[in-house]
Amino acid sequence: MNGIHDLGGMHGFGPVDPEPNEPVFHHEWEGRAFALNLATGFLGRWNIDMGRYAREHMPPAEYLATTYYEHWLYGLERLLVEKGLVTANELATMRQNGRAQGLKAIAVEDVPMMLRNRRAARMGDRLAPPRFKAGDRVRTKNLHPTGHTRLPRYARDKIGVVDRDHGVFILPDEHAKSGTKVPAHCYAVRFEGRELWGPHAGPRDAVYVDCFEPYLEPAS
Amino acid sequence: MSEHHHDHDHDHEHDDRPGPHGAPLSDVQLRVRALESLLVDKGLVDPKALDTLIDTYQTKVGPRNGARVVAKAWLDPAFKQRLLADSTAAIAELGYIGRQGEDMVVLENTPKVHNVVVCTLCSCYPWPVLGLPPVWYKSGPYRARTVIDPRGVLHEFGVDLAEDVEVRVWDSTAELRYLVLPERPAGTEGLSEEQLAELVTRDSMIGVARVNPPRR
Repeated sequence: MNGIHDLGGMHGFGPVDPEPNEPVFHHEWEGRAFALNLATGFLGRWNIDMGRYAREHMPPAEYLATTYYEHWLYGLERLLVEKGLVTANELATMRQNGRAQGLKAIAVEDVPMMLRNRRAARMGDRLAPPRFKAGDRVRTKNLHPTGHTRLPRYARDKIGVVDRDHGVFILPDEHAKSGTKVPAHCYAVRFEGRELWGPHAGPRDAVYVDCFEPYLEPAS
Repeated sequence: MSEHHHDHDHDHEHDDRPGPHGAPLSDVQLRVRALESLLVDKGLVDPKALDTLIDTYQTKVGPRNGARVVAKAWLDPAFKQRLLADSTAAIAELGYIGRQGEDMVVLENTPKVHNVVVCTLCSCYPWPVLGLPPVWYKSGPYRARTVIDPRGVLHEFGVDLAEDVEVRVWDSTAELRYLVLPERPAGTEGLSEEQLAELVTRDSMIGVARVNPPRR
């Protein structure tokens, strides 16, 4: 979706503002919000692409006025209701109307295994033959889906060169929609700064974007 | 480095406005607590598991892991070769595997090529080697500007590159996670792997800083 999360190339944000000796979490609730996202994610009712898509729905003005873990909290509440773990009424009142059926909370002793054994997004390379190879000139499609996509706006309808084929991965677009794991080659595509940003870009600047094969077509 | 000023000494817990370094709104804190209670009551979450998750990323997994990878690559040419050829497997040799690091790509900085990593769409970051990302990495300015004005962003971090140096910005739009192998600074001959790792900063492995030689 053409959401506010897709920030690449925007002006007006001001300087980057690093904080010396920054803590991992600035407040206790940030750690809790982080851990709640992981612990409920481990229940297997949604995948990482559904998680990202949920956060992308935050209204733009709200997204920009809130901090990172508030985005995570928004996405989590949305998913809990959407996937039926919590009812809208329970979320509104913060009181349970019955314990969850058929789901068991991740136990503390399972945490290390869950962090190590997460099913990766990589799929077998033999599941799909590659349409492109390193050195091929490609053009990204001019796509504006209302669903989830990982092709940023600044890199649509642009010509680049395949730098490398990363192999076959789950296509996020369909994964966010239905949970179906569609295998797709993922390529690092090199775009020259001037192709993306015009004549004022540095002549020796390039941006590499990881592009799934359905985002690409051959360029002459 | 920054045009606006922050007082880093103040107590963030008592600031009542959302700021770039965290939202100290008490209603957010209350909401998270209420949500946690609800999920515990429903049997969906074990609070002890939450404690372990927080402790893992607060105290166990962080940029010292990545620094060890870099130091080893500087000292051991065979490891460096493996690291660049199959980054995931080479990093796993040191035991750094798992969530948000399942498919790693290491990018080597040289005198002629400078790599820098961003995630314009969210906050993708190689957790097993760098831990959780800092706020600035997830912030609007960094995500918006790094792709369109990489040299301007690098300048703010104190990295000024000659015109003939190529800048490669890597936007982490898929499930590959990128780690920059910074240049080894001069004057570090004879240092041990541990001493070298001490010099390697988180920012140098994102690509927004150089590694400084040891102070004499």
